[in-house]
Amino acid sequence: MKNSKPQFDSYYGKPVLKAPVWSPLDIGGYLFLGGLAGASSVLAAGAELTARPGLARAGKVAALGAISASAAALVHDLGKPTRFVNMLRVVKPTSPMSIGSWLLAGYGPAAGVAAATAVTGLFPGIGRAATIGAGLLGPAVASYTAVLISDTATPAWHGGYREMPFVFVGSAATAAAGLGMLAADPAEAGPARRAGLFGAALETVAMHQMRSRLGLVAETHHQGKAGKLLKAAEALTIGGAAVGALLGRRSRLAAAVGGAALLAGSACTRLGIFHAGVQSAEDPKYTVEPQRA
Amino acid sequence: MGFFTDTSVCIGCKACEVACKEWNAVPEDGLNFSGNSFDNTGGLSADTWRHVAFIEKPVEKPAEGVQAVDLGMPTVGQSTPDFQWLMSSDVCKHCTHAACLDVCPTGALFRTEYGTVVVQEDVCNGCGYCVPACPFGVIDQRENDGRVFKCTMCYDRLGAGQEPACAKTCPTDSIQFGELEELRERAAQRVEQLHADGFEKARLYGENPDDGVGGAGAFFLLLDEPEVYGLPPDPVVTTRDLPSMWRHAGVAAATLLIGLAATFLGGRR
Repeated sequence: MKNSKPQFDSYYGKPVLKAPVWSPLDIGGYLFLGGLAGASSVLAAGAELTARPGLARAGKVAALGAISASAAALVHDLGKPTRFVNMLRVVKPTSPMSIGSWLLAGYGPAAGVAAATAVTGLFPGIGRAATIGAGLLGPAVASYTAVLISDTATPAWHGGYREMPFVFVGSAATAAAGLGMLAADPAEAGPARRAGLFGAALETVAMHQMRSRLGLVAETHHQGKAGKLLKAAEALTIGGAAVGALLGRRSRLAAAVGGAALLAGSACTRLGIFHAGVQSAEDPKYTVEPQRA
Repeated sequence: MGFFTDTSVCIGCKACEVACKEWNAVPEDGLNFSGNSFDNTGGLSADTWRHVAFIEKPVEKPAEGVQAVDLGMPTVGQSTPDFQWLMSSDVCKHCTHAACLDVCPTGALFRTEYGTVVVQEDVCNGCGYCVPACPFGVIDQRENDGRVFKCTMCYDRLGAGQEPACAKTCPTDSIQFGELEELRERAAQRVEQLHADGFEKARLYGENPDDGVGGAGAFFLLLDEPEVYGLPPDPVVTTRDLPSMWRHAGVAAATLLIGLAATFLGGRR
């Protein structure tokens, strides 16, 4: 005590805020899968309307698979399946999680019908309506999760609330593009390759903007687990989009490699943003200094 | 109704922590000395609803004209200690604009007829959204349960016309319970008195209804900067920006829809 120079910017260096109690894999996965599902539904609807059956089927099956897995991740995080029922107890516009639950209650069945009719070939009319419905709800599914995490006191999440939805939809587009490039015939996957470029550009620009707005808190994007994940995300996303766009049309292998890189990049982005939030809550500096400024 | 915690008379006895645990049957969470101070609870959590902070800091010189009184205490070698204690009993702030209540997707958190914020244990589904939403880091998830818990301001005692257990047991009246208006008046007088006595850094925290959380239902008289006590200097309810967040998300969603639609232009390639 006598010789050290105490820094009283916090109570013995303890955090001011509570870090999110969510499991990174469950909720990081939930964010990634929601984006993959939402943007896949949009790509599927576009493919359906432009007569690209292979790309459409891939998108529909991916959307159902991803949204089911994301619901499973959410229920796993809640601990007991019966607790999910409480999510539909009320409708609360001030709670993005409440709004999100209702959104998923509408989107999930639409994505399910779209996938089921695509796989079985039954009821094509109903299938088309469900495909378009899911395609219209998809962007909301891909973007509401940005509001979900921004509507907290976590400095790295709240501070970036303006750019976060653009990062998320960009990342959603790259994930869906990656899956389309992996699963569909390169002859049909032109939109997926272009979606990869679009998503990568949107995500990169929005991420840059977000960091400049975060100021001191942007440090959390460069250090620790978050730093590694976000660095990997950038390389995978830009690399995957470039490989897909340049080589994906001629080579099935290149399309698969680019697609896998885009999917991995999107997952890294979500996990990296998750961990940046945790870091920003755990160090009181990121709470106190911006509030003092 | 609310709390006014006057930390200038807190003696760090932790009777409030014990009374809270006893009355509310809050589970034991270990006696974990941090090695930093005599504080054995560390901070507010699902199982610590009142927390007395022990802040050891170097002695400050008394203000001009104030004479330190020699209490004649026994000493070892040194005539005056080189550090002093600040003690403060922290608690849920029961914010007027409460982020935890706003973000709760199930309605498990609600505002009582006393203006306080309470969790309904049987409705909470353990989503944990309120935990990072709280700008004070108060509410927390109980391990092995998954649901969240925090101070209820002894909702059950208020219903029976009694004051909360912590205020009842506080031997120095550091924790005072009552109508917020009346408490604010009393607090303002106390700050004036402390300033007159030379404690220039004495200030109120959370008493202003125009602050970022609309004023706290539990406010404090502090003898130093809020962050010294582990409190945020300028907390703002996160949902203040929610309309703007939804607008940005709407524009982003439209960008995604239009951007992906555009990828289908340009022919069959």
